[in-house]
Amino acid sequence: MTSAADPDDTVRPDRFPQTVPMGLSGMLVRFSDRMDDAANRAALAFRAGVEAEAWEGVEETATSLGSVFLRFDPLRTDHDALAERVTGLLARCDWYAAKLPPGRRLWHIPALFGGPEAPQIEEAASLAGLTPDAAVAELTARPVRVLTIGFAPGLPYMGPLPPHWDIPRQTALTPTLPAGAVVVAVRQVIIFPTATPTGWRHVGQTGFRGFRPEAAAPFPLRAGDEVRFHAVTAEELHRLRAEDPEGGGARSEALR
Amino acid sequence: MSAALIVRSAGPGPSVQDRGRPGWLAEGLSRGGAADPLALAEGAALLRQPVDCAALEMAGIGGTFEAEGDLVLALTGAPMRATLDGAPVVWNATHALRAGQRLVIGAAEAGVYGYLHVAGGFATPLRMGSRAAHLTAGLGAPVAAGERLPVGAPSGAARPGLVLDAADRFRGGTVRIVPSAQTGLFSPEDRARFAATDFVRDTRGNRQGVRLVHDGAPFAAAGQLNILSEIIVPGDIQMTGDGTPYVLLPECQTMGGYPRIGTVVPDDLPLVAQAAPGTRLRFRFVGLDEALADYRQRRQGEAARLAAGVRPLVRDPAGMADLLSYQLVGGVTAGDDLGEGE
Repeated sequence: MTSAADPDDTVRPDRFPQTVPMGLSGMLVRFSDRMDDAANRAALAFRAGVEAEAWEGVEETATSLGSVFLRFDPLRTDHDALAERVTGLLARCDWYAAKLPPGRRLWHIPALFGGPEAPQIEEAASLAGLTPDAAVAELTARPVRVLTIGFAPGLPYMGPLPPHWDIPRQTALTPTLPAGAVVVAVRQVIIFPTATPTGWRHVGQTGFRGFRPEAAAPFPLRAGDEVRFHAVTAEELHRLRAEDPEGGGARSEALR
Repeated sequence: MSAALIVRSAGPGPSVQDRGRPGWLAEGLSRGGAADPLALAEGAALLRQPVDCAALEMAGIGGTFEAEGDLVLALTGAPMRATLDGAPVVWNATHALRAGQRLVIGAAEAGVYGYLHVAGGFATPLRMGSRAAHLTAGLGAPVAAGERLPVGAPSGAARPGLVLDAADRFRGGTVRIVPSAQTGLFSPEDRARFAATDFVRDTRGNRQGVRLVHDGAPFAAAGQLNILSEIIVPGDIQMTGDGTPYVLLPECQTMGGYPRIGTVVPDDLPLVAQAAPGTRLRFRFVGLDEALADYRQRRQGEAARLAAGVRPLVRDPAGMADLLSYQLVGGVTAGDDLGEGE
């Protein structure tokens, strides 16, 4: 990949997947430049494919909404060698149609919707053209997939929600929402791992901690996992939080 | 009882740092670790110990420290004015701090991040494999006045009175950058203008990143507002909404949607991290092949080269006001080799 040194050749907006260098020790495999479910599935599947290859020098991989990042040790490999391997693996199958990788889990997470602890369900429902009850029914009817984790430690971007949930972020920031807050925007749902300022709307509240620094497994969720919300009352939420301060009553099962 | 360093007072937000916590990018946690990794390596060379020992990173100003038990320490990174029981001590050198003695570290004379290392390293708790405080992630906390920092068992190889010539990376200069994932979204004209522009390190900056300001038009990428968030890494130069660059440092977020014009090569990133507000920086695009070759060459025998640069701290007896009151090789100087007096 002699083109790597020429920035003009690092982006070819008409063709996906693209393999582009990202600094001295990184490579990005991009499946789309816009939010696209097939591209997200391709990224999850391709990352698992790269991990299974265990290429010399690759030290870490991570997905975002539509791409896979590979960090490597420049003393053990380089962009050209890695690009060749990536190209070979990309050609092996249609990654946009590939099955999601094994090892994923389905999480059941109790959540309170509405009321003073989740005050923006009416507003969000209205923007989605729904009654609050219908909005809660849709948010709890089926699982959402963890599309990616990032921005902050253990912060899951989940979705995709149906198209009418393509609601914008607020123009003003809410100064702070508590850990465990469930927020929505742009067909996605987030559970905040820590107290966070946000422009997303606060529709639910859980006792689920997505980042547990003192635990043996600090990050319970993985990209590709599914999350199903179960509506609970405020009393139930408080009881679950008291019984299970980190999980808030969440449980998981293996997905097949 | 094992030795410890007692923090009597401290400047804003010093923190224990090591080489960070790689491997959690997929979970949203950036590597973190020392803002100037070279300063960690220099401290390790001076104290003849492994480079993964944790040190105290001080931003802009140090603090007042006392030893509980006898310590050997080293000072590296941004040079700061320091005294030991009132007598000036040399930066980039090792010193003995005996039980009850007081080390006062003042403001940085240049640069931002100074480092206080101890023989044995700081033995603060390991969290997820590292002692580094990751302040934006809420992992660990800044070191506060009154805190007692436990010191690990020293190997016995450390000696006071050793000095190292450190590379000066505290006054800005030209920083090499290589292409990043969105470099091609910037027009060739804007890339050329970027490389020809003098930037000044803004007052806004921390371990997440530093903002740069410049005269002239902002820098914008094609489709700037519609970029899908992708993985970001330290060294990336994001063009924020107002068209000013923001260089990411070890505690950066892991995903971002601002276009990146390039990525600073790892060996030059300390130049950015150590640029105090007002410092001038320029960027030079280099090809990946050239940058890789240079990176590999620098890594060859790096630890041995640093170790070989460590030598006894000797002073000119003619410059000493009262020769008899000084140990000849003790790391304490008469002060007139530190520049202007107080």
